[in-house]
Amino acid sequence: MRLGPETAEENEGQALASAAANADRVDPIHQFQVTNLVEFGQIGGSTFAFTNSALFMAITVTLIIGFMLMTTRGRGLVPGRLQSVTEMFYEFTANMLREAAGSEGMRFFPFVFALFSFILVANLLSMVPYFFTVTAHIVITGALALLVMSIVVGYGFAKHGFGFMKLFVPKDVPGPLVPMIVAIEFLSFLSRPVSLSIRLFANMLAGHITLKVFAGFILSLGAFGAVGWAGAVLPFLMVVAITALEILVSFLQAYVFAILTCMYLNDALHPSH
Amino acid sequence: MADDRPEREREEKKTEGGGGSSADADLTRRLAELSRSLEEGKRGREVAETSRPSSGTGYAAALRLASEFVAGVLVGVALGWGLDEVAGTSPWGLIGFLLLGFAAGVLNVLRAAGKVAEPDERLGKARDGGPARHE
Repeated sequence: MRLGPETAEENEGQALASAAANADRVDPIHQFQVTNLVEFGQIGGSTFAFTNSALFMAITVTLIIGFMLMTTRGRGLVPGRLQSVTEMFYEFTANMLREAAGSEGMRFFPFVFALFSFILVANLLSMVPYFFTVTAHIVITGALALLVMSIVVGYGFAKHGFGFMKLFVPKDVPGPLVPMIVAIEFLSFLSRPVSLSIRLFANMLAGHITLKVFAGFILSLGAFGAVGWAGAVLPFLMVVAITALEILVSFLQAYVFAILTCMYLNDALHPSH
Repeated sequence: MADDRPEREREEKKTEGGGGSSADADLTRRLAELSRSLEEGKRGREVAETSRPSSGTGYAAALRLASEFVAGVLVGVALGWGLDEVAGTSPWGLIGFLLLGFAAGVLNVLRAAGKVAEPDERLGKARDGGPARHE
């Protein structure tokens, strides 16, 4: 008879320990793991595969194109609800580009619009539970930033020739200082794609990790019974608040990426006159 | 914008009560009024839309400034190290470019914070409209 309660206690203790162990096993980084969904074979010794990252990029692009086509199919003179969403998004991007790069910059509108909508939708999709965060990988954000900078440099040289180099030479600088200023301006220019990609990637990565860590606290505290559940209310509130913040950050980072792209394109169009 | 609307409506009512016969003139006047208020509303919305991110979280601004600075230093280190690897000038390339990268990072931060005039503004040549700074 004495054995009963003891074993029950033991069992409870074991259950508690295993629950705690399980809770500790909540891995906030696991969500960023790239896995191969379909493998096509080997190219140069590395596996060529359709990954979950590629899947979510495809979903993002499909969603954007599908939404745009669906909402603009009616072509109502008086837009419906969804059509006006598309139109507002179009106008917002167009105004942003026109303000930053002038009306000449509108030739880059398709690029900026595609970039903005891709990052925005990818960021927002990543807020859905179990969805992969495409923009939390520096490979993706770095590729996007390099695309922006290669367009800036390519267009700048194509349009202005060697005059594009004036971007690095402020005109009213005294002669002896020019080499140093040019070096600093050049490094500053080179650091643009780095900061552009790091900002987006770090924001998404840090946000999602924070979200997972606080969600993990709920599980860890929940393993300690009623008191734990009472305590778990606090991290739960945090998770709710951080989710809202993350949705804001999703918008904000897509916007910042797009507006900086517009400013850099402005440099390509008007390098220091 | 919204607070002067009731006043205008009251005015309208008063004038309507005064001259009821000139319906056409009244209609055109009201149309002009409506388009003006729509224009005002649109402008207000645009201002709200464009200024929203800057009035967003200080957290975003902090991350932006931090990433600008780190990017400058990182690029300096990468360039210096690369130069050392290629030219065998170790460690002088790293030291020199680290310092330059630091300076570039500070320049980035000041520029992002709007403390450094943009090249075209520095020249005193304001372009049409001028670039809008949101950060």
